Amino acid sequence: MTAVPSPAPLRLADHPFFQGMTGDLPQRLAPLAVEKSYALGDMLIREGDVADRFVLLFEGKVALEIVLPDRPRVTIQTVGGGEVLGWSWLLPPPQWWLDARAVKRTRCLELPAAPLRALLDSRPEYGYQFLLRLLPVVAQRLDHTRFQLMDLHGR
Amino acid sequence: MVARSMPSAVPEPPGASPWVPVPFRVEQRAAETSDTITLVLSPPKGVPATPFAPGQFNMLYVFGVGEAAISVAGDPAHPETLIHTVRSAGKVSSALSQASPGTTVGVRGPYGTGWPVAAARGKDVVLVAGGLGLPPLRPVLYELLRHRELYGRIEVIYGARTPKDLVYYNQIQEWRGRSDLRFQTTVDAAGREWYGDVGLVTARVPDIRIDPANTVAFLCGPEIMMKFTAQALEAKGMTDASIYVSLERNMKCAIGVCGHCQLGPEFVCRNGPVFLYKDVRRYLSVREL
Repeated sequence: MTAVPSPAPLRLADHPFFQGMTGDLPQRLAPLAVEKSYALGDMLIREGDVADRFVLLFEGKVALEIVLPDRPRVTIQTVGGGEVLGWSWLLPPPQWWLDARAVKRTRCLELPAAPLRALLDSRPEYGYQFLLRLLPVVAQRLDHTRFQLMDLHGR
Repeated sequence: MVARSMPSAVPEPPGASPWVPVPFRVEQRAAETSDTITLVLSPPKGVPATPFAPGQFNMLYVFGVGEAAISVAGDPAHPETLIHTVRSAGKVSSALSQASPGTTVGVRGPYGTGWPVAAARGKDVVLVAGGLGLPPLRPVLYELLRHRELYGRIEVIYGARTPKDLVYYNQIQEWRGRSDLRFQTTVDAAGREWYGDVGLVTARVPDIRIDPANTVAFLCGPEIMMKFTAQALEAKGMTDASIYVSLERNMKCAIGVCGHCQLGPEFVCRNGPVFLYKDVRRYLSVREL
């Protein structure tokens, strides 16, 4: 019987979020990154919990869900390999506003919010570079919300 | 301003007046979703099958109610029956949705330009459908798969409002099971029973694997969806000279005479509904046109 080889460890610098970034920010962040693996159905994030990390997805798929009182929860978007998850740790109060659930086996790197925030605050150029990468993600989510509001595929 | 003369003579299909509907019989009616059905229509005895090109449409007439333009959704290799998928939205489409087997529907056409499937030979092909944009693209997919060896990679992205709004559900499962085709579905919102993608069709575009310089894309759906999808394809390296869109306007005569469907200098019924994006993109940015 042949042993299944363990997958190669994930490298922060390989994630599209950091690709092409000049300077040493990825190198400074790399020691903070924690590799995680989630099985189908595992919760990555729960609404109401403290937003304490930034997640870089490498493989798999995660559903972003809204919990509605007295109604079934609704998936408003899925994100997958190459995408990022969670910016609530940047904004006070640092609290998750959505649930995130793995709908496929998912591998990711997680950066803890406190040292990440401290590093971004310590050097404005780090913070600016990081926000320039994060803003398109926020804009894409906003576009998605606008399309949902327009209900383009509806009647 | 682009000058275009009115047609000097109405193009007349051989052996028939373009103004007179032919009475077809409804052979089958199948529910696709809560508001969308597929009709299978057969011509009267003695009337030959009418060949159609992928992307063309018929004018379907419900006697005493009115007429509507509906794209042909069947297999071009089997024109002996006409297949149309109709969403109940207005007076005529609601009446068509209720047409039961054995009843009669008037048919004119097929009309309009088709998707340039032959021009895609030797190239990668991207099909992007939003909502009821899949039925007009289904004949293209039949053609591509019938001559699979003539084309490069085939990428299909289909977006709908919710999982319950996906048409041709069983056929999509077949297509998704094929190794020579990549068929992605995405919905605007879903419950926990859905393990597929949730998001815009445009969000799936960066993930497609194509050679942008040797790819043809066919887009069909709400115009704003096509506009943003074309933008995403251009960001991927394609140009507007290899992207085609199917436009929907208020078709009445269907033969380029009445002007109800006019968009700038184009009569959508006669010069379209399929257009090269390069030729019409400026009209899609004109406010309130």
